Amino acid sequence: MLLNDDQSMLADLAARLFTDKADPDTVRAIRDGRIDSGYDQTLWQAMGEAGLTGILVPEAHGGMDFGLVGAGLVAREAGRRLAMTPYVSSAVLAATALGAADDDALRARWLPALADARAIATLACDEGRHHRPHDPATRAVAGGDGGWHLQGEKTLVSDAAEADLLLVSADDGDGDGDGPCLFAVEAGAAGLTIESTPLLDSRSCARITLDRTPAQPLGAGRPALDASLRAGRAVLAAELVGIAREVFARTLGYLHERRQFGRAIGSFQALQHRAAHLSVEIEMAEALAFRALEACDRDEPGADAMVPAAKAKAAAVARVAAAEGVQMHGGMGMTDEFDIGLFMKRARAAGHTLGGDRYCTDAFARARGY
Amino acid sequence: MAELEAWRMDVRDWLAANCPDAMREPVRSADDHVWGGRRWVFSSEAQRLWLERMAAKGWTAPEWPVEYGGAGLSPEAHAVLREEMARIGARTPVSNFGFWMLGPALLKFGSEAQKRRHLPAIARGEIRWCQGYSEPGAGSDLASLQTRAEAHDDHFVVNGRKIWTSYADRADCMFCLVRTDPDARKQAGISFLLLDMESEGVSTRPIQLISGESPFCETFFDDVSVPQENLVGELNQGWTIAKYLLTHERENIGGEPPGLLKGRDLGAMALAAIGADAEGRIDEPSLRHDIAGLEIDAMAFRALVDDVRARAEAGQGVGARSAMLKYYGTELNKRRYDLMMDVMGAEALEWEGERTHGGQYAREWLRSKGNSIEGGTSEIMLDIVAAHVLELPRG
Repeated sequence: MLLNDDQSMLADLAARLFTDKADPDTVRAIRDGRIDSGYDQTLWQAMGEAGLTGILVPEAHGGMDFGLVGAGLVAREAGRRLAMTPYVSSAVLAATALGAADDDALRARWLPALADARAIATLACDEGRHHRPHDPATRAVAGGDGGWHLQGEKTLVSDAAEADLLLVSADDGDGDGDGPCLFAVEAGAAGLTIESTPLLDSRSCARITLDRTPAQPLGAGRPALDASLRAGRAVLAAELVGIAREVFARTLGYLHERRQFGRAIGSFQALQHRAAHLSVEIEMAEALAFRALEACDRDEPGADAMVPAAKAKAAAVARVAAAEGVQMHGGMGMTDEFDIGLFMKRARAAGHTLGGDRYCTDAFARARGY
Repeated sequence: MAELEAWRMDVRDWLAANCPDAMREPVRSADDHVWGGRRWVFSSEAQRLWLERMAAKGWTAPEWPVEYGGAGLSPEAHAVLREEMARIGARTPVSNFGFWMLGPALLKFGSEAQKRRHLPAIARGEIRWCQGYSEPGAGSDLASLQTRAEAHDDHFVVNGRKIWTSYADRADCMFCLVRTDPDARKQAGISFLLLDMESEGVSTRPIQLISGESPFCETFFDDVSVPQENLVGELNQGWTIAKYLLTHERENIGGEPPGLLKGRDLGAMALAAIGADAEGRIDEPSLRHDIAGLEIDAMAFRALVDDVRARAEAGQGVGARSAMLKYYGTELNKRRYDLMMDVMGAEALEWEGERTHGGQYAREWLRSKGNSIEGGTSEIMLDIVAAHVLELPRG
């Protein structure tokens, strides 16, 4: 898409910030314990100062209210530099869910803190191996004191160990058939156990157990969950596009530089055609991702089909870009010293998060009525 | 913006009053496409009237200047016209290679006399043009073409043969590439020439394709005399024009599939052809998944086409990127027809018979295989992307 002036400025700002402050090597530093944190705190604070952590928070609550195209521009740059931050969890998933919440006090308490990076929040919507967000086994039970308690287990909760607030999906058992509701659970709540299970991409992730854990309903039902998931998928698509672009740029550089048989390997047609094909796929994935983000911002009726399409496409393309990157880098691509493998790992994890391409392709078919 | 909206209302009113009902019906067969030309026979009065009315407005070639038979519309105003025509399902009143290819070439490289003589006749649908590029020995390696044009005092004498000339047997005139300097480097000795297919020494032979149809011909030139004034651009500068046109052609490839599948959704076709399960979904999960995968790629392709168009309208160059669209668009179309064959099953195998309008599924599926060959093969497109977009070293 053609960016307007504000969007261009934001894209430039994000590109500068991530180029200066984010480095793929941080992934290794966190993985190997050279940095004692689950995320890049310096980068996250810099993002907070630049307002990026509040990109989707309404201005009334101290945010930029930039819309999803803006959030996607940031995510694309974050993807290029493998930024190790809770951006998707906190600034996108939680901010969107809280923004849709039916509880003014909850919003006023948390949104300003998320916007200026004083607090981190995340969404806990998965159980088991696969993404099935609309049928949770976790139960919400109304207590005699008017409060609620949660009972159940969640998996693949990104940034849970660092989060001050977890938004947990649960069946409220009211039998109204409107699906799961979201409940706010604060860090340290009674009965909340967090078992850290860092993923292959070295990001903070956890399985959590809730045992009579006190929780506060967001009060907006399934629409708040769906809005959050839609925003998260669309922004992840943009991050995956950033990953694909960066891996491809590095691979292209290697094709120019690496010589075998007395010539640059990029002069071999067998590699040229694969690279050319991939470049078209990346352009398409990017065009669709930003088209989908724009459709969400405009609340177009087609957005519900476009977002899973964009996520499925971007995930598949990022995976191919990373796989081709490893193959074309030859033995070097298999080494931990080279960054290509880090991009491959993140592409796999981000591709699965909030529904892999099979889930998203099926969601697209449903949205299109077949 | 307000101006464009006023324009939209004018266009809408005019179309409502002037587009015959029959010209709002979907195109069903080859007869519904108006190619125009000296020998053209309209299949209905509505076809004739629609062409006459649109040509009088200059809307058969909306962006061409008014003095050359167009309406001088800006790309934005033209986009509005296209949208409003699509809104009521109005057919394209006429089209042939004169509009797609020769017009843009003459506007950029033609003399004033050539523009005044040829463009208005194209716009009115009076002359049907065909393109003479490929030769038996010059396909992907087009610049090695051997058809000779020897310069004499006031004319050229052309000898040789062309192949894959679309509808050469029905066209009035041909624009073609000929060798005018056999000693120069191969790209440097080519000129761009216009010739009348009724000239003495021109003969054509249709080529039957695997689809059973014969849209292409071989064309033979035996001492054909062509007036000097039919040279477009400078002598031996024809390759520049050819390259410009090939790029232009590729830029015009949109996301919309042609023919049988135009405006049709494969998912809906499959629901009707295969049936629905208890949830109302296509009762064949693997086919459903494949269709969704294809439609996702089609959606991504359309998004890219829109981006490229927007960049072109904003004056940012498109250039070699058009090869990306040509490559992916044609490969996508082949995949779409393959899936259509799966969806329609046994019916799609019928070669004759009423229900399939004479084997339309099978024939269009077979015809689609040529999409990634004509106008530059997929492999040549990937070469162009590798060399000019990715700037990889030459092999």
